Amino acid sequence: MKDESKRNGGGIDRRKVLECMTWAGTGVLWTISGGVPRSLGIMNEAMAQDAGGLTFLQISDSHIGFDKPANPHTSATLEEAIGKIKTLKAKPAFMIHTGDITHLSKPQEFDDAEKIISQAGLDVHYVPGEHDVIDPDRTLYRERHGRNAKGEGWYSFDQNGVHFIGLVNVVDLKAGGLGNLGEAQLAWLESDLKDRSASTPIVVFAHIPLWTVYETWGWGTDDSARVLSALKRFGSVTVLNGHIHQVMQKVEGNVTFHTAMSTAFPQPAPGAAPSPGPMKVPDEKLRSLLGITEVTFKRGQQRLAVIDTPLKG
Amino acid sequence: MIKAYRNIAVACAILASGITMSAPRAAAADAKMLTIDNFTFGPSSVTVAPGTTVTWTNRDDIPHTVTSTTKLFKSQALDTGDTFTYTFTQPGTYAYFCSLHPHMTGTIVVEAVAAR
Repeated sequence: MKDESKRNGGGIDRRKVLECMTWAGTGVLWTISGGVPRSLGIMNEAMAQDAGGLTFLQISDSHIGFDKPANPHTSATLEEAIGKIKTLKAKPAFMIHTGDITHLSKPQEFDDAEKIISQAGLDVHYVPGEHDVIDPDRTLYRERHGRNAKGEGWYSFDQNGVHFIGLVNVVDLKAGGLGNLGEAQLAWLESDLKDRSASTPIVVFAHIPLWTVYETWGWGTDDSARVLSALKRFGSVTVLNGHIHQVMQKVEGNVTFHTAMSTAFPQPAPGAAPSPGPMKVPDEKLRSLLGITEVTFKRGQQRLAVIDTPLKG
Repeated sequence: MIKAYRNIAVACAILASGITMSAPRAAAADAKMLTIDNFTFGPSSVTVAPGTTVTWTNRDDIPHTVTSTTKLFKSQALDTGDTFTYTFTQPGTYAYFCSLHPHMTGTIVVEAVAAR
């Protein structure tokens, strides 16, 4: 609890947080200090700051193979996203992909996605989305991206003192339910965290949000409470998700939840449409709703900055 | 003329017998068409007679499945315009859902005298 004073002192009011969130789609540097988000300004100003520490990239929901009106050119927009990553001044340490790499889990879709994503020249740590495990035996994803993972594809690794955990919450979903992690994965997670120091910064990533964004549309994970319980004692926890194709952020104690934009098509805000299906927007607006996420961790300051950058706009 | 009438009578008799013979098969071939729109099975609950073949058509831009909660049937992922059919022979209540979007649920009630 050594950051208590920082946490209390660095707070901003709810109105300010919401104001910041409305900027997020156009690129805001988020600084999380002891669990309290603080916006440092718009994109250009943010980029001028010396981030230092560990920087990694998140992309999500590429849906390679999707060709409907909401975006008939998902390969092209993924290429644009990778192009944007290649122009970053500071090369990220690696990239995570939070699922729905493909639209229909077809071998060709996995291959096409790989061909484009590999152009970034970065190691990529994947977790599957529900669109990546459609093949009857669920082998295509695991053969390509989950060979060294456990179960359906969960794993952890360490980088620069930060502990990363990739979870799978898109398999064995229950009728009427939300995302699902399952007993085996939860037991593994608890064991993975058991002997770690509470001062270890933790980053958890999974496809479906691990917080309930909107239950009516299934935007949450049924058994995520056990994950949060296992993470409670850690001072800095960041949860990165995809699935909902829009930026959302929530802070709960030491845990920051963040969802990324898609590189393929936007989805409506919760309840703003009859369904969460792909949202058709005017062509000139599409690229302002697609994008990438850059995350920076600064050692010693318990700061984690999240920058969402649209492809355009 | 008489011959012509006789021929018609014979034809009618054959037709009539054909109808009699195929009547049970006609009942067995009852069909019910359901849709998937806006992440919703429509209608979400239907009652059909035993032997009814139910067909689901996905009209969303996102793939869905039709999956029995008891694993009695499970479709492949249905892309836009794809269909899945299953014939319900036994009376009972059959709950199903989309295994990709499990908040989507539906029920088929199979009754001997269907309230349709």
